[in-house]
Amino acid sequence: MSAKIRLATVWLDGCSGCHMSLLDIDERLLDIADRIELVSSPIMDVKGFPENIDLTIVEGAITNEEDLHKVLAFRKNTKLLMALGDCAITGNVPAMRNTFAIDDLYNRAYVENADAEKQVPGAVVPRLLDRTRPIHEVVPVDVYVPGCPPHADVIFYAIAELLEGRMPDPMKMGKFG
Amino acid sequence: MSDAPHILTLKIDDQDVSAVEGQTILAVARENGIAVPTLCFLKGLSPVGACRLCLVEIKGVPKLLPACVTRAAEGMEVTTDSPRLREYRRTILELLFAERNHVCSICVSNNNCELQSLARAQGLTHVRVPYRHPRLGVDATHSRFSADHNRCILCARCVRVCDEIEGAHTWDIMGRGIDCRVITDMNQPWGQSDTCTSCGKCVHVCPTGTLTEKGVAAAEMKKRQQFLPYLTAMREERE
Repeated sequence: MSAKIRLATVWLDGCSGCHMSLLDIDERLLDIADRIELVSSPIMDVKGFPENIDLTIVEGAITNEEDLHKVLAFRKNTKLLMALGDCAITGNVPAMRNTFAIDDLYNRAYVENADAEKQVPGAVVPRLLDRTRPIHEVVPVDVYVPGCPPHADVIFYAIAELLEGRMPDPMKMGKFG
Repeated sequence: MSDAPHILTLKIDDQDVSAVEGQTILAVARENGIAVPTLCFLKGLSPVGACRLCLVEIKGVPKLLPACVTRAAEGMEVTTDSPRLREYRRTILELLFAERNHVCSICVSNNNCELQSLARAQGLTHVRVPYRHPRLGVDATHSRFSADHNRCILCARCVRVCDEIEGAHTWDIMGRGIDCRVITDMNQPWGQSDTCTSCGKCVHVCPTGTLTEKGVAAAEMKKRQQFLPYLTAMREERE
């Protein structure tokens, strides 16, 4: 058997439903566990960006400066990048803010709807980018796994195919929405 | 004697097929079990060739032609599937997704949408052009139906069914190019339309989640289009 593949999962602007669906692979995770080394994930406590990653699975769209920073760093350090779910692929619900001006969004969230401390945050909260973008508009994507969330079977199929050295075609099993 | 229909012979995807003079390539293909993707076409309504998904290659013709409005001709050699056609069809679907705000996950027509099904059938993995994210409204002024312009692909099925079948012509299209919108009456709110009979035909022929019944949540809207070929057949018989 070949060496373990180094896997990272990343959570950008999404609801974490894709990660929940990933965990819904259930006991089949055990079948592939000994072939995978998880090097970074929202379900782990890892600081910084690991290097020499084989596969990075990205949930969520790119909405703010932190998302952009993360996706660039992971793309630099990974051989393959999988866009997981509709937010990563289409922008989905997070991109619905693109029809509004950024100042209006900040004002609505932090001033109009705030009970106290009515002010737009400065340094602590990452600034919104001009618009929410799907991953492939910013960095190259190798595998697209659609769905909101993608069904666990589709995610498992995609990962299992990659483990076998084959390029999966998740559109055969999955769909947008 | 000369009343007998003129029978043509042609090839579709290397298959010998026969057609009655006047039949479209799409009709002949479907009669012979050859699948051609369509979106604006709906049996029972006049074809308009608006969506371009049914484009086919015809030997000796440099342009691609829409199968739904191109008549079969003697000796024609038609190709309905090729890498070039697949690329065009994918691009058309991507442009439709990018043009307005089709957020499938929260759409009442999720899982019952012709645009979504076609994207899957044509193997669309992502949209290669930037999304436009226009600011579009929802007309919920009608007591039973609503119109979500974010999800409209301007197929004009609503316009055609309202004019040709219901005879009310409440729906029409206003504007040009990217600014086109379906409108009711003289661009008045749907609920204030004098001509709308509230028959709901437009709702059920709409291929996406644009025209829907009120009171349905995400993925609950199922369109019922069986009435259309039935009505058309009954009328043809009467004529």
